[in-house]
Amino acid sequence: MTATAIPSPMSGEAGVSEPARPHTRRNVELGLLLFVVVILTVFAAVVEGNAAGEVTSHFWVQPAMLAGIFGVGHVAVRFLAPYADPVILPAVALINGLGVMFLRRLDLAGVKAPQRANLDVFVGDGFRQLGWTAAAVIGAAVLLAIVRDHRSLSRYAYTLGLTGIVLVLIPAVLPAKYSAINGAKLWIKLPGFTIQPGEFAKILLLVFFAYYLVRKREVLSLASKRFLGIDFPRGRDLGPVVLVWLMSLMVLVFEKDLGTSLMYFGLFVVTLYVATERVSWLIIGLGLFLGGAFLAYFLGKSVGGPFLNFSERATTWLDPFGDADDKGYQLVQSLLGLGTGGLTGTGPGAGQPNKVPEVRTDFIFSGLGEEIGLFGLTALLVVYVLLVTRGLRAAINVRDSFGKLFAGGLSFTLGLQVFVIVGGISQLIPLTGQTTPFLSAGGSSLVANWLLIGLLLRISDAGRRPAGGAPAIGLGGIATGGGGGAPVQIKEMPTEVVR
Amino acid sequence: MNAPLRRVGVVVMVLFALLFLNLNYRQVVKADAYRTDSHNRRVQTAEYERPRGKIADAKGTVLADAQSTGNSLKYLRTYPLKEEYAHVLGYKPVTPMVATGLERLNNDFLVGTSDKQAADRIARLFTGKEPAGGNVLLTISKATQDTAYQALGNNRLKAKSGAVVAMDPSTGAILAEVSLPSYDPNLLSTHDTSAARANYNTLNNDPAKPLLNRAVSEVFPPGSTFKIITSAAAMTADSSLTPDSVVPGGEFYKPPQVSDFQIKNAHTGVCPDQITLKQALTVSCNTVFARMGVERIGADKLKSMAQAFGFEQEPRFIEDQDRNYCGVVASRTGPMTAGSDNRVDPPAVAQSSIGQREVKMSPLQGAMIAATVANGGKQMRPYVVDRLQNSDLSIADHTEPKTLRTPISADVARELQDMMFSVVTADDGTGKSARIPGLQVGGKTGTAQDGEDAEDHGWFIGFALKDGKPIVSVAVFLQNAGKGGSAEAARISGLVMKAYADEKGIR
Repeated sequence: MTATAIPSPMSGEAGVSEPARPHTRRNVELGLLLFVVVILTVFAAVVEGNAAGEVTSHFWVQPAMLAGIFGVGHVAVRFLAPYADPVILPAVALINGLGVMFLRRLDLAGVKAPQRANLDVFVGDGFRQLGWTAAAVIGAAVLLAIVRDHRSLSRYAYTLGLTGIVLVLIPAVLPAKYSAINGAKLWIKLPGFTIQPGEFAKILLLVFFAYYLVRKREVLSLASKRFLGIDFPRGRDLGPVVLVWLMSLMVLVFEKDLGTSLMYFGLFVVTLYVATERVSWLIIGLGLFLGGAFLAYFLGKSVGGPFLNFSERATTWLDPFGDADDKGYQLVQSLLGLGTGGLTGTGPGAGQPNKVPEVRTDFIFSGLGEEIGLFGLTALLVVYVLLVTRGLRAAINVRDSFGKLFAGGLSFTLGLQVFVIVGGISQLIPLTGQTTPFLSAGGSSLVANWLLIGLLLRISDAGRRPAGGAPAIGLGGIATGGGGGAPVQIKEMPTEVVR
Repeated sequence: MNAPLRRVGVVVMVLFALLFLNLNYRQVVKADAYRTDSHNRRVQTAEYERPRGKIADAKGTVLADAQSTGNSLKYLRTYPLKEEYAHVLGYKPVTPMVATGLERLNNDFLVGTSDKQAADRIARLFTGKEPAGGNVLLTISKATQDTAYQALGNNRLKAKSGAVVAMDPSTGAILAEVSLPSYDPNLLSTHDTSAARANYNTLNNDPAKPLLNRAVSEVFPPGSTFKIITSAAAMTADSSLTPDSVVPGGEFYKPPQVSDFQIKNAHTGVCPDQITLKQALTVSCNTVFARMGVERIGADKLKSMAQAFGFEQEPRFIEDQDRNYCGVVASRTGPMTAGSDNRVDPPAVAQSSIGQREVKMSPLQGAMIAATVANGGKQMRPYVVDRLQNSDLSIADHTEPKTLRTPISADVARELQDMMFSVVTADDGTGKSARIPGLQVGGKTGTAQDGEDAEDHGWFIGFALKDGKPIVSVAVFLQNAGKGGSAEAARISGLVMKAYADEKGIR
């Protein structure tokens, strides 16, 4: 793809030979992806060396398959979003690939030591996750192909928002038999597999939030009363905020899940803040959430019933070792895993992460922490930060308000989710059943988060594309679709673009 | 909208900084606490990944071994000599049970994670060898321990329980430590968790109490062996008093101003009204020492002499001084008072002077008293771990003997030796069964009452010298052995000390 004589918009080198065309940086992305594949391959080899005692002749198969999958993602971006940020895809690929390799490592731990070297490559949670990765990347590519302009989403804002609310509430109204796993009612259990609709709902809700707030931002930010030096909004404008707050409390109480509740609410408050530039929204939001959480805690202590779960979690958080064999068991084992890893970790494949309960899903971060240590976890956190900041950068670069809000919300969601789960498993905040984005086993989470990345890439592409020129060359050479087009962007430029 | 977006970026940074700081706290500050937490089952599996270091006696006989299993816990702790060393070593079970004794005390070194092995670990890193646990070498002499275990177990009175402690008076090194009844520690180190637990419960509920270490962790009335303390107190308080001084004796002793109480001797006719101090100890004359306690010494001085010999304080092993995982307990003198105003009670003092009433002593303390006399008045702190050996057989640490205290002067010590020799050498001496040809043996018997219905305990504490130099001291205790218990204890003491002298080629 690189050194071609004919100038082509698909190629980075072409940009050099033709000054009119700015860098697409697609080759940077390819280089970073190759680096990611090297890391994953080395990780796989070390895992086998430690866990099976030998590096088998098939250790490279799963990393190679991942390389193929991410390669497909890269080609899709090259064609469908050529100006997208080159760091986003490799960062996600690294985390996702590490998740697959770690699940494979847990599969190895599941069989007796002498048979580990013979464990088939095409079995187990690792391979299933690999399959989901393929589906998710293809899903993201299809999304890129369908949504050629992110602004077109705003046309369906109400439909998407309503769908989101329905998805959130389905598990709450379903009988526990069809929706509860480990006490949290977050799932729809179908024969053969389960779906976590909340993972998709957060994207749909975000479309609606962004649309609604772009429409309402004038009135929300201008009409206000000043109190204690802070501008507070008018009472009537609080309506939708209170509605979302109630919804998140309902999630907390009826789906017994603090994490998801915190996600929705944090998401809304932050988009509200970005839209209105009013700190008061953050203060109100934080106050409402903390107030609600405290209320739920004390109601759980005194009344019990639906609030009991939350107060129990809070008690466990405050003193996990107080009930280390029962309620505090998961958190205690997670902390012991992290502590055992220490600074450098035991090395991939050399620890005993399977001693941590739910290590494939909620606790995958502590499982990894035992083997890659504080150094490895810090590197992983840095990759997440990189991803979030590149997403926020895309939000800053894009020219339209809807895109800014949407991309900002998507990025923040990702960061918040990592914070909620990693904070939970390391006893920073009460533990809640969240998946670790791209890392945990589970199709719903992986597909939803890749769709999120697809949208971020789309917005990033829009923001970095040279203004006024060069429509993206898509499959079959079709120019950018969607409602607006370049002139609209130029019109918004003077007020919106701050580089 | 860009300013708030940037601020959101800052918020995310802050959130991740919190995660980072908290992970530092969990993985660095709390790492050791978490790593060694009792809920952490990894530690155990990791511990069993490589062979645990061996524990061996002074000559290298393996007492605790690691046997390859082929299971997930790769090595099984075995105790080839079973019951004989159970109380010396303790045991290392799989969690959730906890290790005891030396196995617990030296766990880090045996596993290979002790600070003392840092250099060894680094060396292994460079040479590419597997990390390994270190070995613990004890001061125990195999011949002495074997003899003590056999002789005590086959005692002629068929006493079921008892203890032997032998030590080197000049260093405090423990040469033998036996407690009966004993148990097989292999029953507890088994990897079958439920079997280990069941075995533990069986042993723990056994009325014979085999898990108790009677040698160092239990105290019993010392009986007449305590007369050595009484003699030491009397001679220290009054330097004109010598072994040849004539003291009042008789068949009975009644403390002044007490009507309904009297002390009598074990046998009539052995104790005339006037008797030398040496002869009084030789035939174990109760009336002499009871009178001396009440009329010459007094409760305070008697107590302080006992304390000078180590009563009221745990004689912890050198290597175990901070933690006392070996469970060494303090011997006691008791109050010797009566009434609510705690005034000194003459009958109590009289009984305490002959090692009854509330006076309680451990066999270890008994051996230490004899050792102090043999060592010219200087008492050494006992120890049982001689050396810690790296896996490459280099020495990581070794125990330096430590003087614990000097309760009596060299003169008093020599006089006490003289009196204690007489107990063994005199034809009418109570300890004559302890004689060893070629060695100067001294000691003191004791017969201690243990309540109305129980048989008496038999005691002997003593030492052997060669050309005036201390070789070995010993305490033998036969629990509820009945009549002849102290003579049998003396006989066993002789065998034990002879075994050590023979092993050393002294005689």
